[in-house]
Amino acid sequence: MGTAATADAVGTIVNDFSIHVATANGSGSQTSNMVLLRALFQMGVPVSGKNLFPSNIQGLPTWFTIRASKDGWIARKEESDVIVCMNAETAEEDVATARKGAVLIYDDSLRLQEKRPDCVHYPVPFKKLIAECCPDLKLRKLVINMLYVGVCSALFGIDMGELKSALGKQLAGKQKAIDLNLPALEYSANWTKEHLPKKDAFRVERMNANEGKIIIEGNAATALGLMFGGVTVVTWYPITPSSSLCEYLDEYLNRFRLDKDGKRTFAVVQAEDEISAVGMLAGAGWAGARCFTSTSGPGISLMNEIIGLGYFAEIPFVICDVARTGPSTGLPTRTMQGDIYSLMYASHGDTKHIVLIPSEPKESFELAQEALDIAEEFQTPVFLMLDLDLGMNYWMAKRFDYPAAPIHRGKVLTKEQLQEMGGKWGRYQDVDGDGVPYRTIPGTEHPAAAYFTRGTGHTAQATYSEKPEHWKSNMDRLAKKFESAKKRVPKPVVTSDGSKVGLLFCGTTTEAINEAVHELKHKHKVKVDLCRVRAFPFTSEVEDFVDHHERVYVVELNRDGQLRMALSAEVPRLAHKLRSILHYDGMPLSAGAVVKQFRELEGAWGKGTPE
Amino acid sequence: MAGATEAPEAPSNQVNRIGLQKKDYAGSKSTLCIGCGHDLITARLIDAAYDLSLKPENVIKMSGIGCSSKTPAYFMSRSFSFNSVHGRMPSVATGASLANRSLKIIGVSGDGDTANIGIGQFVHLMRRNLDMVYIVENNGVYGLTKGQFSATADKGSKQKYGNVNFMSPIDLCALAVELGCNFVARLFAGNTKMMRQALQAAMAFKGTAFLDIISPCVTFNNHAGSTKSFPYVKDHETALQDIGFVPAYDPTYHEMAAGEEREVKLGDGSKMTLKALGNDYNPTDRVGALKMLAESREQQKLLTGIICVAESQPTFPQMLNMVHEPLSTLPLSVTRPGKAVLDEVMDELS
Ligand SMILES: Cc1ncc(C[n+]2csc(CCOP(=O)(O)OP(=O)(O)O)c2C)c(N)n1
Ligand code: SF4
Ligand SMILES: [Mg+2]
Repeated sequence: MGTAATADAVGTIVNDFSIHVATANGSGSQTSNMVLLRALFQMGVPVSGKNLFPSNIQGLPTWFTIRASKDGWIARKEESDVIVCMNAETAEEDVATARKGAVLIYDDSLRLQEKRPDCVHYPVPFKKLIAECCPDLKLRKLVINMLYVGVCSALFGIDMGELKSALGKQLAGKQKAIDLNLPALEYSANWTKEHLPKKDAFRVERMNANEGKIIIEGNAATALGLMFGGVTVVTWYPITPSSSLCEYLDEYLNRFRLDKDGKRTFAVVQAEDEISAVGMLAGAGWAGARCFTSTSGPGISLMNEIIGLGYFAEIPFVICDVARTGPSTGLPTRTMQGDIYSLMYASHGDTKHIVLIPSEPKESFELAQEALDIAEEFQTPVFLMLDLDLGMNYWMAKRFDYPAAPIHRGKVLTKEQLQEMGGKWGRYQDVDGDGVPYRTIPGTEHPAAAYFTRGTGHTAQATYSEKPEHWKSNMDRLAKKFESAKKRVPKPVVTSDGSKVGLLFCGTTTEAINEAVHELKHKHKVKVDLCRVRAFPFTSEVEDFVDHHERVYVVELNRDGQLRMALSAEVPRLAHKLRSILHYDGMPLSAGAVVKQFRELEGAWGKGTPE
Repeated sequence: MAGATEAPEAPSNQVNRIGLQKKDYAGSKSTLCIGCGHDLITARLIDAAYDLSLKPENVIKMSGIGCSSKTPAYFMSRSFSFNSVHGRMPSVATGASLANRSLKIIGVSGDGDTANIGIGQFVHLMRRNLDMVYIVENNGVYGLTKGQFSATADKGSKQKYGNVNFMSPIDLCALAVELGCNFVARLFAGNTKMMRQALQAAMAFKGTAFLDIISPCVTFNNHAGSTKSFPYVKDHETALQDIGFVPAYDPTYHEMAAGEEREVKLGDGSKMTLKALGNDYNPTDRVGALKMLAESREQQKLLTGIICVAESQPTFPQMLNMVHEPLSTLPLSVTRPGKAVLDEVMDELS
């Protein structure tokens, strides 16, 4: 958490407010939003940026919320302090939902004063200003959004130098665009200083909370992790919110992974669909590549058959699910932790999969590398579970550390080893007692290297078999392998405050929960302990956490309590201690929602009157 | 050896150019119905691989699901093999070739596996030009699920218990030609001589060679009224050419007398010779190939031979500008950029 900002005059709120910007999709608003976000970041103030966009390319309403928080809270805040209406169509609605006392910035042609006399109003003649600072009529609509940045700069004291440098960074290499935007930025700031007397309480002041931090989307962070994890084959089929992951990866690989002759040390293939994308992984992982695809829920549904093949034929590959709101096509541009169950138990028959769950970009970077290792160590598909909020929103994160350890490729027999063994080995034999067999890689030049890979019943020697004892012993070995994975996957992050009550959760709910816990403790005098699950299978520490608490609320972003179901299914004796706190309207979680549900449930359950 | 059981008896002690006997190309014993066309193809694949002296360790065998897709178990046990899921062999093969571009792929599929459930993957595979032989063992039915029609069943063809197919068939050769495949052949499992030559040429060809091999299902589609039965195909087969194969290691080798034959370079130094039989058909003409296929369909003729062939084109790894070494074994020094790279990216983001 950052140090507290300078104490200020009464009625002034420093470095603790959110700006909600309403624009039309495709109007170039992203540059303006990012410039504002970056400038705040560069001023050392903790920030986050959340995009709320339509599943459409142009014209529909889009919102971007920037939260500045001196205390370092970067979760979504339900109520906005400043609302910027750059979209006349949604202005009335945007303003109607504003909290009392909110600051409203809008085009002066909109008559909003009467509508919300309880708010602070800053009408701005945007059309007039843009005409004055942008002579070219055709270009005006591309830069008009930059005007609101200038207005905010003057009103809240956001440093013009930082804004300019942020603009340079955001539009790096596009000097024309910079030259176009800069006058709008400066012109509107100067106009505001002259014409809009300050009537609100919000101010930005320099802090020093962002030392060693970066701003990044989870998808870019994951892509970097994969590149440094030595990924070689990448396949994908476009789907929001996962597309940018493979697009970033493609960009990074082409930039940093060409050999001295300019040849690619990787392959990125846009497949014809998700079945093919994952089919390519089955082939690539089998043939020895560290391979990866990313998708979202609908793609996971399509991939199911081959995921089962990967599990049963024991082929390493990594799938990142950047989840969106489902079922069906659902809300493609909204978030959900909706695929917990469908990843853990993907495909028919007895299947269970390793799932790694990062909660922020740095962890995404690290777990992406882990996923590639674990897939090869356990010779099985491994999932990375993100969601739209992590994948596509802008997060402040610690700078990433260069990987200290070499990669792990698991139990692979070389030609030399085969020679020593006299060519005697069994592809599915449990030699080490951990359920993980040895494999050979196609192309290994030894007459006994080859084996027959199939999704049908097989013996330890990889020969076809329908015998009950062969089937059962193989399934038991696979179960043992999954058990072994418990000791390898990342442990949960447990925070204890000596409470009898716990919150258990995973992924992107973390920030809101941390903030909620702070509020519960300081405002409501209630202590809670935390267990952030980072992987499936659940490790013993997860069980211990539930064992050591009287009651545990499982907080998650879905209707059915999928994480709670999974924990209840895996460790049935814990089920009676678990209750759900759920949030499933497509929006990221806010601290307020957690506090509210927690207090309601504690009121009922905590007083010894369980539901 | 993991994966294989006993090999069928070897025909002789002779060895090929890399010192391997025929039995080194054998697989486990076939469990298909006795007389199944698929077994004939398996036998010819063994012959061709032996004749060509393919190194088994450099070959991978890929398949989907079906009686046909089981056959990779019955040849070349010293080669890695992947019997995947129904209709998805093309994507699995694509992934394998990306991981290790030096491997020669022999893919075996069925008409159901390719023309029904897997038609999408087939179509997209044709566009990629992997270095592979793609064989469809075409019997017009789903053998493994007991005789339902597949999408290659001819209009008017009768099922074993009397149902008649009323829909137009999908001509996989025409599709392959249309999609830019540079080696397209239609063969008959019963035509040993043509298969032996064509299979060698296909294996030697650099790029995707597609072979639609009519392979009767003796159990479910060998009755009167079927257009994919042994008797029907024997009666209706019309060979387009005499096919000759001139291996790279022996450019003087000619199976037939030189005449008005066409020579096609296969990309590895070997050549295929084509001597037209009773027509002036030019298999290097894609449009002509499509026309010929359309006409033969109307005349209910079964033309076998090379339908379309062109000099080999860049394969998928070449199109992707990949390094020559297999991606699967690149060292970490190549696949993990240095610390300076991470620092550079972090600076950009801070
Ligand atoms: C997803 C899926 N659906 C259905 C099946 C059942 N199935 C197995 S083989 C097959 C048809 C195979 O026909 P073909 O490819 O022509 O092979 P053949 O047996 O005729 O050689 C079907 C439908 C399956 N294995 N998987
Ligand atoms: S059912 Fe038909 S295709 Fe299958 S093995 Fe028997 S004859 Fe061959
Ligand atoms: Mg068939």
